[in-house]
Amino acid sequence: MSQAAAIDQQRVTDSQNAEAWRDPWSLPLESLDPARAILFKENVHEEYFRRLRQDDPVHYTANSEFGAYWSITKYNDIVAVDSNHKVFSSYKNIVVGDAPDEFYSPMFIAQDPPIHDVQRRAAQPAVAPTQLADLEALIRQRVCTILDELPVGEEFNWVDRVSIELTTQMLATLFDFPFEDRHLLPYWSDVATATPSTGRSDVTFEERNKVLQECLNYFGQLWHQRKNEPRKFDFISLLAHDPETKDMLDNPMEFLGNLILLIVGGNDTTRNSISGGVIQLNRAPEQWEKLKANPALVPNMVSEIIRYQTPLAHMRRTALEDIEFQGKQIKKGDRVVMWYISGNRDEEVIEEADKFKVDRENARRHVSFGFGIHRCMGNRVAEMQLRILWEEILNRFERIEVVGEPERVLSNFVLGYTRLPVVLHAK
Amino acid sequence: MPKITFIEFDGTAHEVDVPAGGSVMEAAVSNNVPGIDADCGGACACATCHVFVNEAWMDKVGERGDMEQSMLDFAENVRATSRLSCQIVLTDELDGLVVDMPEAQH
Repeated sequence: MSQAAAIDQQRVTDSQNAEAWRDPWSLPLESLDPARAILFKENVHEEYFRRLRQDDPVHYTANSEFGAYWSITKYNDIVAVDSNHKVFSSYKNIVVGDAPDEFYSPMFIAQDPPIHDVQRRAAQPAVAPTQLADLEALIRQRVCTILDELPVGEEFNWVDRVSIELTTQMLATLFDFPFEDRHLLPYWSDVATATPSTGRSDVTFEERNKVLQECLNYFGQLWHQRKNEPRKFDFISLLAHDPETKDMLDNPMEFLGNLILLIVGGNDTTRNSISGGVIQLNRAPEQWEKLKANPALVPNMVSEIIRYQTPLAHMRRTALEDIEFQGKQIKKGDRVVMWYISGNRDEEVIEEADKFKVDRENARRHVSFGFGIHRCMGNRVAEMQLRILWEEILNRFERIEVVGEPERVLSNFVLGYTRLPVVLHAK
Repeated sequence: MPKITFIEFDGTAHEVDVPAGGSVMEAAVSNNVPGIDADCGGACACATCHVFVNEAWMDKVGERGDMEQSMLDFAENVRATSRLSCQIVLTDELDGLVVDMPEAQH
């Protein structure tokens, strides 16, 4: 058993009531450690954040498997930290745990200006509005094919057949990745996010690194090929031709880091929002009826799904100087974790935040994409995929019935599902 | 009360009268002028309230701030007259302001 798993085990055993960790209201406030991955897998994290928002919105956890860290839990505080990149740095880790130096792979999401700016600008044209307009017809055709091949009236795993398949096809297009090998992309993505830095105590950095070297080698070949061809609008070609990033392959760890960023960014997030929407509409059947009666609500519902799911639970910053924040003294070098999943439930900004409402007013006002210079680059691609998917679901099915408890990912970062058993009902 | 004219990408004009003190973004949102998303609610943190200030008004609206500049660095179709409308505070001096909207906020 790894050290982190042992700590978790010990905590449970030590407690007079072995299940006490499930109820944060029964624990001393100072002991609350909301970064434990098990809380998210067991889906008990929401009460932790409800208590923190109420009793200690800027909370310090002195001891955790990741070291000490601050938790920012309120919507407006998250906006303030996220948009203050001069004090709250993204270098060189954006999840609560630090990657060990020997496995450190730089990526632009975990950089500050100016490196962040030039690399993001090089990659961004792949998801620019003009590109998206060209992609819409292709995505719709793929969505239709995926949905038309699904069995009606018998149980299957929605995560595999729809969520992973659709986002993988999209990602293959954004990289212009060989379509027949596309299953490698979610495989690498899952390996990349399953790290001890996000609470996966059952895997090691060594194992992860071995698989990611294969990813690096594969993309290295694509890079050489794209470099010798005229520039086009896939991520690899754009990076290989941009004056600021054309030598990135000379620093393989930096190339790998940015690959991971673009693969994970386009994969886990949309995938889990696709699954999350199915779950939310099952829990609130009246919302599904409302949507069926008025399909024009789809774009608004897409924002609501992304808020409600919050596919990335947190982003972490590091304080570059001492700063007083909401009455607390944050010291230079401290880890500062913005809990997006908590900001998206903040009743002070979002009315009836625990409710999923397809016709919510101001549904775009959520923190899932982050704010400031690191705001999600692919947010419109994500929204477009979800919009088209739900439009075509409404065209085809009476409803999607969830027939078993969803299985959740063990992570304090990726809020998602590995299994979602459903049965489709024909229209 | 300053009057502002928002001109949509297709040429449709919307004239609104709003009290001084608020932002140009708030003037649009509170009067249901389409074309401004303002996802972050006015924190200069999302670049979805992008407008083009009419040339004649460039001097009066002032300069972009540091953070505004950073956000515009990653916005689409930025011009010399681009501003984030949440960062333009309305004063009586801006009575008559004209701004054009981009085709989309993304």
